[in-house]
Amino acid sequence: MDLSVEIGTLRLSNPLIAASGCYGYGVEYADAVDLSTLGAIASKGLFLAPREGHPPERIVETPSGMLNAIGLQGIGVHRYVAEKLPELRRLGATNIINICGSTLDEYVELARILSDAEGVHALELNISCPNIKEGGITFGCSLHGTFDVVSAVRKVTRLPVIPKLTPNVTDVASIARAAEDAGADAVSLVNTFLAMAIDVETRRPRLSNIVGGLSGPAIRPIAVRMVYECRRAVKIPVIGMGGIMSAVDALEFIIAGATAVQVGTANFVDPFIWSRLTAGIEEYMQRHGLQRVADLVGSIDTGTREREWVSS
Amino acid sequence: MPLDIEARVIQNTRLSPDYNVITLAAPEIAAATKPGQFVMVRSSHGSDPLLRRPFSVFEIIRSNGRVEGLSLLSKRVGVTTRLLFDAVYGDVISCLGPLGRPFETVAPPTAAWMVAGGVGLAPFATLTEALQQRGTQTTLFYGARTGAELFYLNWFTARGVRVVLSTEDGSMGERGRIIAPLEHALRQNHGDVMLYACGPERMLETVSRVSSKYKTPAQVSVERVMGCGMGGCYSCVIPVRQPDGGRHYVRSCLAGPVFSAADLVWD
Repeated sequence: MDLSVEIGTLRLSNPLIAASGCYGYGVEYADAVDLSTLGAIASKGLFLAPREGHPPERIVETPSGMLNAIGLQGIGVHRYVAEKLPELRRLGATNIINICGSTLDEYVELARILSDAEGVHALELNISCPNIKEGGITFGCSLHGTFDVVSAVRKVTRLPVIPKLTPNVTDVASIARAAEDAGADAVSLVNTFLAMAIDVETRRPRLSNIVGGLSGPAIRPIAVRMVYECRRAVKIPVIGMGGIMSAVDALEFIIAGATAVQVGTANFVDPFIWSRLTAGIEEYMQRHGLQRVADLVGSIDTGTREREWVSS
Repeated sequence: MPLDIEARVIQNTRLSPDYNVITLAAPEIAAATKPGQFVMVRSSHGSDPLLRRPFSVFEIIRSNGRVEGLSLLSKRVGVTTRLLFDAVYGDVISCLGPLGRPFETVAPPTAAWMVAGGVGLAPFATLTEALQQRGTQTTLFYGARTGAELFYLNWFTARGVRVVLSTEDGSMGERGRIIAPLEHALRQNHGDVMLYACGPERMLETVSRVSSKYKTPAQVSVERVMGCGMGGCYSCVIPVRQPDGGRHYVRSCLAGPVFSAADLVWD
């Protein structure tokens, strides 16, 4: 059975990617998981400089989901390249580096640095973190901003460029098209949904940042719909994510149009989820007489029930 | 390497209307657990609750010299602890561990003084066993709201632990918080002592302060809101002192849950 998929020039051994911000720098899991068995690891979001992130409380559980406002605590790109990449290379990981900038120049600088580093397989542009004010989201919420970041990065790297899109927009498919027009090799979606929770006894927000991003199975149907819309709007691959907890969930995204999927929150619950997902996908393929998982991508059968509102 | 075991409930003993000790058949985790380490427990296989919750390993359960499982001391405060309280023999609870940095045990002539507040008693049974193996003189300072919430006193005294108690309502031991008898003992102490503390953060902060005041080192076990226990999510951070005088958030699941009190910055 062939589980491999292609994201631009990048070939993944399977479609399962650890989602950014949910897998540390990957090395944290090396004791428990053979990192080379993952399709790829999307690193925790990196700025040029280290960041402290928000004060606790940084997460709160909500019905079938969780809110987070970590605030992109991180070691910065230089320490990542010096300390984490060599280890990840030794472990045979496929590395998609998630980069965040306050300015266009910062994205460009990050892309330059990482293009020169060995062991980097693709760049995921974080233009969608809902938890920090500066940069990122301000690009990802507009067509022009998305176009500008992607084309600026495109000019300085030959690595596959994958902007990660926010669902906190009116029409995510048009953002995906802007990314494609600017030369993106793929888009990944969805980042978390901006949300909040309040302790009614104290009347205080449950997160120090007041608002945070909602992830987990609670968002899955919305994420599936958005992946479906984007798949119809662009020709480049779509990487889908949002509350995948099982192989069936992953297959739902793939059938909706995702070439690969990312798993985030579920990894918190079950760090050994990867072999279970792989086995489940293989079992499904066997049962349906399929040889290549790539043949499943976008194979949704809507029959005559086409939705006209899906932008084309 | 942490293991994830679908552990059967061997026993679930209610100690009070809120507290229980639940024994899980996870011998591989139990055998690898060092004092102060924790497990991430999942009490439901649906998505409510979705995330695991961290628990210090309370006891390593042995029978005829063989490790059979581990127990957790739990206080019913939320969804997961309610499910743990209500669990019955044969239920399956997913248990991931052992995780985190353990206590460092001291040896004679240094004495060990353990300071527990409420459910913060949890890591001190395994620590006691490790200290006893080294022949370390051990004292437990243990505070709770009422005498009815002071548990396992015979367990500790049977192992030669000197027990000093306090209750907020004065129903057992000294009235008030456990800090007063601790500070009194520190004032009169002349030997080498290592403090070990686990309990509410305000108690840990006070233990850290008296640790510094009496120049007695302390190891404190903190509990922060934890998403994964493996270093993936960066939710359980706590500020530690930096050499340059600044502060820096570290993940309490990896750098802790046991910290040297001198390293922590209390807000």
